[in-house]
Amino acid sequence: MATTISTYSRNDYINFSVLMVLGFLIIPMTVNSDYWFTSILIPWLCLALATIGQQVIMGYTGQLALGAAGFMAAGAFACFNLILRVDGLPFFGALIISGLIAAAIGIVFGLPSLRIRGIYLMVATLASQFFIIWVIDKFGWFKNYDSSGIITAQDIVIFGRPYTSPVDMYLVILVVVTVMTILAINMARGSTGRNWMAVRDMDVAAESMGVSLLKTKIQAFAISSFFCGVAGALFAFTYLKSLEPVAFDIKLSFKILFMCILGGLGTINGAFIGAGFILLFPVLLNYLGNNVFHGAIDATIISALEQVVFGVLMIVFMIYEPLGMARLWENLKQRFFKKKDK
Amino acid sequence: MGSEILFFFEVLVGGLLAGTMYSLVALGFVLIYKASATFNFAQGAMVFFAVLSFVGFMELGLPFFLAFLVTIGLMVVVGLSTERLVLRPLMNQSEDTLLMATIGLGYVLEGLAQAAWGVEVRRLDLGIPDFPIMFIADSIGIFISALDLTAGAVAAFMVISLAVLFTQTKIGLGLRAVADDPGAASSIGIPLKHIMLLVWSAAGVVALVAGCLWGARAGVQFALVDLALKALPVLIIGGFSSIPGAIVGGLIIGSTEKVLEVYIGPFFGGAIEGWAPYVLAVFFLLKRPEGLFGEKIIRRV
Repeated sequence: MATTISTYSRNDYINFSVLMVLGFLIIPMTVNSDYWFTSILIPWLCLALATIGQQVIMGYTGQLALGAAGFMAAGAFACFNLILRVDGLPFFGALIISGLIAAAIGIVFGLPSLRIRGIYLMVATLASQFFIIWVIDKFGWFKNYDSSGIITAQDIVIFGRPYTSPVDMYLVILVVVTVMTILAINMARGSTGRNWMAVRDMDVAAESMGVSLLKTKIQAFAISSFFCGVAGALFAFTYLKSLEPVAFDIKLSFKILFMCILGGLGTINGAFIGAGFILLFPVLLNYLGNNVFHGAIDATIISALEQVVFGVLMIVFMIYEPLGMARLWENLKQRFFKKKDK
Repeated sequence: MGSEILFFFEVLVGGLLAGTMYSLVALGFVLIYKASATFNFAQGAMVFFAVLSFVGFMELGLPFFLAFLVTIGLMVVVGLSTERLVLRPLMNQSEDTLLMATIGLGYVLEGLAQAAWGVEVRRLDLGIPDFPIMFIADSIGIFISALDLTAGAVAAFMVISLAVLFTQTKIGLGLRAVADDPGAASSIGIPLKHIMLLVWSAAGVVALVAGCLWGARAGVQFALVDLALKALPVLIIGGFSSIPGAIVGGLIIGSTEKVLEVYIGPFFGGAIEGWAPYVLAVFFLLKRPEGLFGEKIIRRV
């Protein structure tokens, strides 16, 4: 699982500016339908952010963790309570603090990773998944003693201006995701990321070269759950618009795992590709079901088929391209824009 | 006073017997792990797939035993295709890669089962009532469900026959040889393909039996997959490569979660069954990572 590390080229800056212009100017100005914002762009960015969190722990540090949704729930409910209980706390402040709270929980549940790996660690992280959801569900304080079980999320208010329309919320998310993605890319490229990868590729060798396993693993868990926590808060406040522990069940964790693996382990753009694919493929299937087969296929069967396709893809990628779709994309680029490569 | 102790025993026995149901799921997992060193994450999905197909065949009008046989045939086909399409291309890959591939396999099986048979919850009537046996209730004063007792007996039977298969027969010797070193085993003429097929089929049969018992208790539905996840803590406590470990692990998990639920659960609003096994497994991991009966893992640099 080699990841190439190089300095930024001029190309990277051009790509970055193109993406920024596209994200901040062209999409808000040209896309008119709310459907695109509320059902595709907003969940895509939120889940991509959570997938980056999963990438940090799984793709870069090589720890099989399966609890992303639990940390997302922690972040979401932390954000809800912070805005509810702390007067005058700005939204971004609440977002950062909820990320930190998720990170603190991540450190606790990351501790077993110092002694165990592989499927053993997976079970330990499953413990975090079930435990966090249970705590939120059973202790009324987290839900502000709301008995209906579904709590409406507060409006996002930044400098006194409410951001409630789909385009507004999209822009808020885009700012957060952009900043955090740049952070993630830089961490992955710097000494932090090199330590992660050293631990992933061979932990004993890394340790003998002076990389502290304790520090690296705990740091990776903290950063991973920070990303998941922020993503969870955004997901609840903009996409779900409500807070219910059930939304963050084990299925969501599996979904994020799939996004991470199919997108390409150990790549940041893989997080976006994988999240996009897992999110858009069901939309495509539903479209086919409604417009090509005219509803002849039952919706439950379509969602079952979608599961089959994800499973098959997982197996096929493991066999033929363990580095996922991000790698396919790289190969395509290589083929069509052959440059004098370094 | 006496009734309180009786009640404790009732909870304990109920937990122990329910634990054997976890053991049955774990058993299929151990079988595959022993023979191919693969963590088969799809075992839970196999349980769901098997029992849903079984109920589906019965709904089509097949009699009980014929449906059972057809489902076993189907599970052999599943095992065969898994070996051919998933495991063989991934030979000599890292454990983590295989694990992820079996997660994919689990998704495929869950999806196929639901696409073929639908998603509604079905009842499965094995003819064994899930009620306390009056005879035992009258003589000792403990209420034990007949279904639980059957599950315990079935699990005991399966463990004994599998243990005999592994230790007393030539096939078992072959199985252990393959698990130890597939290359060396095939070079001395052990038919690798047949062994793999046998193991996956056996795991399929175990999955079907486990699925029938679970289905009779909780209904045949998707939630069985989540229940089957609890086989993982069972395995961690018992050790991944030990058949008796799967049973003992199941008993420990089953009894602990029931006792905790009944005596400590009410203080926290209940439902601690959902996470208690995992937390218990984590504590076990910190103390004894190889499980009670597992082989010590030695990692070489």
